[in-house]
Amino acid sequence: MSKIHVTTTVNGDEVDFLCDPRETLLDCLRDRLNLTGAKEGCGTGDCGACSVTLDGRLVCSCLVLGVEAEGKEIGTVEGIADGDVLHPLQKKFIEYAALQCGVCTPGILVAAKALLEKNPDPTEEEVRYWLAGNLCRCTGYDKIIRAVMDTAAELREAV
Amino acid sequence: MDYHSPASFAEASALAANATGITRFLAGGTDVLVQMRADIVTPDTLIDIKKIDGVRDITRNDDGSWTIGVAVTGAEMSEHPELGRDWPGVVEAMDLIGSTQVQGRATLTGNLCNASPAADSVPAMVAAGVTVTVTGPNGDREVPVEQIPTAPGRTSLAKGELISALHIPARGENGGDAYLRFIPRTEMDIAVVGCGVNLRIDGDTITEARVSLGAVAPTVLLVEDCARAIIGTKLDEAALEALAAAASAACNPINDKRGTIEFRTEVAGVLAKRAARIAYARAKGEKA
Amino acid sequence: MALDDRKTDFKFVGTRPDRPDGLDKVTGRAKFGADMYAPGMLHGAILRSPHAHARIVKIDTSKAEALKDVKAVVTRADFSDEVEFKPGLEGEFWNVLENVMAGEKALYDGHAVAAVAATSALAARDALKLIEVEYEVLPHVTDVDKAMEPDAPVIREGAADYSVPEGMHPNVVRYHESGHGDVEAGFAEADLVIEDHFDTEATHQGYIEPHACLAMLGNDGKGELWCCTQGHWIVQKTCAALLGIETSQLRVTASEIGGGFGGKTTVFIEPVALALSRKANRPVKLVMSRSEVFRATGPTASASMDVKIGMKKDGTITAAQGVFRLQGGAFPGAPGDFTAMCAFAPYNLTNVRQVGYDVMTNRPKQAAYRAPGAPMGAFAVESVIDELCNQLGLDPIDVRLKNAAREGTKASYGPRYPRIGLVETLEAAKAHPHYSAPLKPGQGRGISCGFWFNHGGETSVSLALSEDGSAQVMVGTPDIGGSRASMALMAAEVLGIPYENIRVTVADTATLGYNDVSHGSRVTYASGLATIKAAQNAVEKLCERAAAKWGIPVDAVKWENGCAVPSGPNAGDFDPLPIAEITADMGRTGGPISGHFEATPEGAGVSFGTHIVDAEVDRETGKTTITRYTVIQDAGKAIHPTYVEGQFQGGAAQGIGWALNEEYIYGEDGRLQNAVFLDYRIPVASDLPMIDTVIVEVPNPGHPFGVRGVGETGIVPPLAAIANAVSNAAGVRMRQLPMSPPRVLAALKGDG
Repeated sequence: MSKIHVTTTVNGDEVDFLCDPRETLLDCLRDRLNLTGAKEGCGTGDCGACSVTLDGRLVCSCLVLGVEAEGKEIGTVEGIADGDVLHPLQKKFIEYAALQCGVCTPGILVAAKALLEKNPDPTEEEVRYWLAGNLCRCTGYDKIIRAVMDTAAELREAV
Repeated sequence: MDYHSPASFAEASALAANATGITRFLAGGTDVLVQMRADIVTPDTLIDIKKIDGVRDITRNDDGSWTIGVAVTGAEMSEHPELGRDWPGVVEAMDLIGSTQVQGRATLTGNLCNASPAADSVPAMVAAGVTVTVTGPNGDREVPVEQIPTAPGRTSLAKGELISALHIPARGENGGDAYLRFIPRTEMDIAVVGCGVNLRIDGDTITEARVSLGAVAPTVLLVEDCARAIIGTKLDEAALEALAAAASAACNPINDKRGTIEFRTEVAGVLAKRAARIAYARAKGEKA
Repeated sequence: MALDDRKTDFKFVGTRPDRPDGLDKVTGRAKFGADMYAPGMLHGAILRSPHAHARIVKIDTSKAEALKDVKAVVTRADFSDEVEFKPGLEGEFWNVLENVMAGEKALYDGHAVAAVAATSALAARDALKLIEVEYEVLPHVTDVDKAMEPDAPVIREGAADYSVPEGMHPNVVRYHESGHGDVEAGFAEADLVIEDHFDTEATHQGYIEPHACLAMLGNDGKGELWCCTQGHWIVQKTCAALLGIETSQLRVTASEIGGGFGGKTTVFIEPVALALSRKANRPVKLVMSRSEVFRATGPTASASMDVKIGMKKDGTITAAQGVFRLQGGAFPGAPGDFTAMCAFAPYNLTNVRQVGYDVMTNRPKQAAYRAPGAPMGAFAVESVIDELCNQLGLDPIDVRLKNAAREGTKASYGPRYPRIGLVETLEAAKAHPHYSAPLKPGQGRGISCGFWFNHGGETSVSLALSEDGSAQVMVGTPDIGGSRASMALMAAEVLGIPYENIRVTVADTATLGYNDVSHGSRVTYASGLATIKAAQNAVEKLCERAAAKWGIPVDAVKWENGCAVPSGPNAGDFDPLPIAEITADMGRTGGPISGHFEATPEGAGVSFGTHIVDAEVDRETGKTTITRYTVIQDAGKAIHPTYVEGQFQGGAAQGIGWALNEEYIYGEDGRLQNAVFLDYRIPVASDLPMIDTVIVEVPNPGHPFGVRGVGETGIVPPLAAIANAVSNAAGVRMRQLPMSPPRVLAALKGDG
């Protein structure tokens, strides 16, 4: 089967890869670019573990084809920290124990970051609905929601 | 699988007309990719329509009507400052589909062409009187949305045809719409029952109404008996009960993993009442 | 372990430091099952039966094998039932083999029948479509009660063990009966007797990470396996048996694990990947899709239950009896015995009798799920107690306190309890503001108690000191939810060095002795105990070095705050000797200093919890909203309280899903209808309220720091607590789970 050449930008770096047109962006990130932070929990857009941003818009990378990444800008969990400085969300997730097994964490961090960039002062209900597409089976969400709310408060103070 | 990203609808139509095997159009991909991943449908030809000019545009026309590009996502509709003021029911119906992530991709057109009777945006579009432009080898034609799906997973689109734009009528004065669905959770589910209501009032009296139901029959229903039950009323208790009875009577549902016949029939009436109250309040200019 | 041995004042234990693996897990660099790659790696895929029950007449793999990209195809013929040095696969090994690759029959929808390794994941999936399987479809049964009826299709003759009474259907494969006293006499003493029937549907553990592994095996019988598992030694042992190789020749490394909850305590794809790798002579990666996880890995058992309880007007329970029928799929293993043993365990009963059945059906082989068997029984028993309280006008907490098991109580399942904390959780519940908060119209409140045994299990830990006085701890229990942090805290406590100076590694099977699976809430208890003992072993050696340096007897040296010090004024006048000064010299003073501990600790310490739930029911649609939730549970001693709270909250959330919406739905054709997260409805963030927690600490006499496992008990009370809340809100008793909206609406309308 003939492969397609795709040139795209991931976390600010220009990259290119060859992929089968059936391969998802998630497959390409993981298998072609060795970026395994995004996970496949379902492959059907129901769990959010593969969350990335595509031209700034939060999406499930399992519901985007690799070929659709041509010319786009992709953001993954690997790009959240600034060098050796963790993003405040990353710090709060550790501090609050907002992860147990940690497999949903990359997707939730990408999604929560997208929320706070759009809405710096979300209510608890807004956080819960925004993250409804990110399944977590370990925590009951309690500590995740608290970590996101507290990060938002801290970021507001920093402004 | 061959992947194409044509620059015009004419080109897209020609690609589809000349393709052999299974052809799918790719808009948001939130249904097509799921079907591919599950090996339910593996297209031989996949035509990505997102690189066609104007497909991401939301346009208010001079007569107050709206044209929605076929690749406009749910998130873009929700973020639009004006569209939701005119048609909150349509925007909210679209917004109910899937997660924030899915909203970043999913489109009205895709939801319509997937032809699920449980598609959330479709009852709202039917109630609103939305039409679509279908582009095919023989040119364009205008079709009401309720004529696109013909059965679960099937549409009236012929080989080589695709939807090239959606048109929402002008809101006009004293109108309001609403869409409600029932799901067991708060998010992420497929509608067990959906109901769209669009109405216009004169003073306190309803003068026009369109009521639609989703997930209670093989295709979305436009229920004229429901409209008759509330037209000419002030949406008093008797009218609401008549509306609920008409909605339940129109149901022809199935028992499946998502709900029972009895449940869907009963809840269709409940949702019709609740949606009608919201649409009525909106028509009166109240916040709802 | 003697009680006087137990430590009660702590410097590190009970604090809440950042977890050691936190950075890896928030940056995406932590490697989970599917995140490993190897040069020359192939991708595997598994063909699965579309039938619930079918004889496999013929499998033709020739078309798949002919594809250029396909490097190996395996079927059951590639696994040996018998090898020279391991004669005859018996018992559970045979069951697991039969489950990972069907033999003569496909026993459930999703049962593996063949597998392919190819140069890409897409090529492997495409190749599966070319494998032709001829099936002779057989009658099937998926319901537990129907599977016990005389005319039910027989899943497998001869699967029943000695415990099953004569005359039962061959699908009944194990039987349990226990209790004490005279239940009939007890019922005669009661002022009110309620007997009711209850059903629960199977639910899946629902871990977000699908099973994944990377296998390498050569014809020399040497192999390497990377996989997500709760216990890599059981993987090693099982795969070696199924592949016919020596256990020690297979090195298994546990990846980070994306949730397990009991579901990753066995193998599914690992032996298949190894067989493919051996045949292709290349590394093979195998990753399940979500629908494979639902169709072919362990859900829990479904249950059909009858419970009868007699009570006096003052709330005293006079007798209790339960019959619990559990189906666990097409293999023995449904925990009917555990359900029976746990059901009445919270209560001090004079007359109690419980019966459990393990029944086979055409469903996937059940796997452990968080306190396996206990939640169902608690649902039935605690619902009947709630109804008795309602009808007798008694407070549900007072009644439970009146009947609560305490130290010395003869448990319903036999032994006498040592010090336990049930009463303390009930008293904390009664005092909690939640219990007295007013309810809004349409809301109901429910409470329930829950019990779980907890487990010890085989455990090995090694601890090595570095020259700078830092320590590395090798444990063999995969870190499912922050256990590296707990281990480091316990080691820090013994060594007296900062938490940050300790690195905890989950060792692979080649670098540490045998370890039982991370299950039975055993990790903080057993690996914790072993870590403490290994650290104490190292401390003894540190003290020996100090004694030698000072020229005094070793019993004149004690360990304090990370330093060797003279044990008293008579021992001599020496400055404290810090650990780093001893380790800096250790090469010259006797060699490397390490501590070890291996044992099967027996004092796990049973655990109890009490939950309070408020639920609101929409009377027009039957939809339930959980508006408030409080978990109160005895942790013995909370090593890292934040992660203890996390376990409480996670258990409650899974219980909410089980109670309200999660279920395996089978069609008439015996096929699973909802094998995706879209229709298998686990709770999402917007479904839940914050989950309050109260950690009760009644120290476990069997652990040096008083630890009781906390992982499982939290899922025992929710089903009943929520059912009681919904029943009280709706004004109608809910006896079937899940309490999905159609079911609640039907009950409200009187026809459910």
